[in-house]
Amino acid sequence: MRPGRRLGTSRRRERCRRPASARALPQSREGRRLSQFVQYLFYGITVGSIYAAVAIGFNLIYCTTGVVNFAQGEFVILGGMTAVTFSRYLPLPVAIAAAVVVVMGCGAGLDMAVFRRLRNPSILRMVVITIGLSIVIREAALHIWDEKARALPYFTGNETTSVQVFGAGVSPQVFWVLGVVFVMVAALHAFLKFTTVGTAMRACASDVQAAMLAGINVANMRTFVFALSAGIGALAGCVISPIAMTQYDGGASLAIKGFAAAVLGGLGNHTAAAAAGILIGLAEGFSGYLLPAAYKDAVAFAILILVLFLRPRGLFGSREVGSQREF
Amino acid sequence: MLVIRNLRTGYGNLEAVRGVTLHVEAGEVVALLGANGAGKSSLMKAIVGLLPPWGGEVRLSGRAITGEAPWHMISHGVVLVPEGRHILGDMSVAENLLVGGYHNPDRQLAIGEVFERFPILKSRARQPAGTLSGGEQQMLAIGRALAARPKLLLLDEPLLGLAPLIVRDVLRVVRDLRDHGVTVFMVEQNAMATLGVADRAYVLETGEIILEGRSEDLVRNPEVRRAYLGKGYKEVWE
Repeated sequence: MRPGRRLGTSRRRERCRRPASARALPQSREGRRLSQFVQYLFYGITVGSIYAAVAIGFNLIYCTTGVVNFAQGEFVILGGMTAVTFSRYLPLPVAIAAAVVVVMGCGAGLDMAVFRRLRNPSILRMVVITIGLSIVIREAALHIWDEKARALPYFTGNETTSVQVFGAGVSPQVFWVLGVVFVMVAALHAFLKFTTVGTAMRACASDVQAAMLAGINVANMRTFVFALSAGIGALAGCVISPIAMTQYDGGASLAIKGFAAAVLGGLGNHTAAAAAGILIGLAEGFSGYLLPAAYKDAVAFAILILVLFLRPRGLFGSREVGSQREF
Repeated sequence: MLVIRNLRTGYGNLEAVRGVTLHVEAGEVVALLGANGAGKSSLMKAIVGLLPPWGGEVRLSGRAITGEAPWHMISHGVVLVPEGRHILGDMSVAENLLVGGYHNPDRQLAIGEVFERFPILKSRARQPAGTLSGGEQQMLAIGRALAARPKLLLLDEPLLGLAPLIVRDVLRVVRDLRDHGVTVFMVEQNAMATLGVADRAYVLETGEIILEGRSEDLVRNPEVRRAYLGKGYKEVWE
C-alpha cells in the first residue's frame, strides 16, 4: 500500500508500509514503475471498496425510504470503534460480529427515533437532519472513546506481512477488504433477487403505495433497511480498520465520497454504486501520479461536482429512474 | 360485508369526502359512480388507510377497521387495485405477482390461478412490468391483487384509459370473480359500462352520495342519464 490519505490517520500506516514496498524487487526502473503502479492500484481498489460499501448503504436507504443519509459514514466509524473495544474482551471474529450487530441496532434505532416520525419531509430537510445526526454521532463517539486513532489487529499476519504482487508489497488485509466487500455485494444482490423479503424490499423501493397495499409493513421494512445499511457500513469499517485505522471524525468524508459514488453509479443501482465506489478509489489512487497526496480528497469532490453538472442520473442510471428521483 | 358510516376525509383543509354512508354485501358487485373530483378515489384511500379518516367508521364483517395501516388490510381480506395501477415497473411480471402474494402462504397456487386467468401474463412472466401495454398492466394489477386471495376486492377506476375491447375483458373478469365468491366494490367514471356488471350502485357528487339503487333502476333514472351517461348514450352504446 502506498502511504496515502487517511481514513483514520495515516502516520502509523506510513511507518509500516514503507518497509514493505522497500523490499520490492527487482529494482530496475521498469520494475519500480510497475510496482508503483500496483501500489496505486491496490490503494485505489482498497479505499474504493470502502466507498463502495458506503455507497451501497446509502443507496439502499435512499431507494427504500427516500432518506438521503449523510450519517452513513458514521456507521463505518462506529463499526470500527466498537469492534476495537470489543476485541479487548472477545476473540476477533466474535468482536466484529458483535460490533456489526450493535451498529445495526443503532441504525434501526435512528430510524425509529427520527425518520419514522417524519411525514413526507422534503429532501432538504432530511439532508439537514442527517448531517445533524452525523455530528451528534461523531461527538458522541468522541466522548465514548477519545480523539485517538485506533485499529483492529490484522486478520492475517501483522503490520509488516506482505504479499508480493508484481514486485509490490501488498498487505494481506487488502485481500480481506476486497474479499469481504465482494462477498457483501454478492450476498446483497442474491438477497434482493431471490428471497421474498428481498423482493418485498425492492417493491418498497419501486412503489411504496403498491407495497403497502400488498400487505408489506413499510414502516418495519424501513427500519430493517436502516439496520442492514448500518451493518454493511460497520462490517466495512471493521475490515478496513487495521490498514486505515479508525478515528471518531472519519465519517463525514466517507459519507461524501460514498454519496459521490452512489450518484456516479446512478441512484437505485447497487452494483453500479459499488463499481463507482471502486472507480473513485482508483481515481484517488492514481491521482498520486499527478497531484500531491494532499489533493486526494479533492478528486472525489471534483468527480461529484462534474457528475452533478454533466450527468445527474449517473453513469449507469436509467433516465426513467433519474426522472423519478429528486436529484 | 363492508359497512361505511358517515366517513369523512380529505387533504389539508379540503374535505373531499363529506360523510358517506354505504354498504356492500358479500357476493355483490357494487359500483360507486361519479365525475372527476367527486371524491371517489379519496373514499377508496380512506377505506384502506392510505388517507387518514377525519371521522366516521369503516366496518368489515362487523369489525371496525377505521384508520388501520394499509398493510393490515390484506389480513382482513381486503385488497385495493389503486387508481393508476401502481405496477412495479422495474420488476418482472412474476415478481409483481410474488409481491402481491407476499402474505399468502399459498401464493404459488394463487399465482398459478392468476396465470390461468390471464394467459398473457404467463407469456410475459419474465418481462419487466413497465414494458406491458396499458391493458396488460391493468390485468397485472388485478392479478397481483388476486395473488393475495382477497375476500373483498376494491377497484379504483379499472377502466380508465383502456380500449373498448379491453374494457369488456376487465368487466368479464369482474363478473367471473363475483361468480367465484369474491365481493367487488368498484369506483368508475364509465357509468354505462359499470352499471352493466354491477348489482347496485351509488352516485357520488362533491363528496356526498346523491343517489343509490339497483343498477337496472339507475340506468333508467333520468338524472343519471343526464349527468353520467350523456344524452345520446343510447345511440352510442346500443
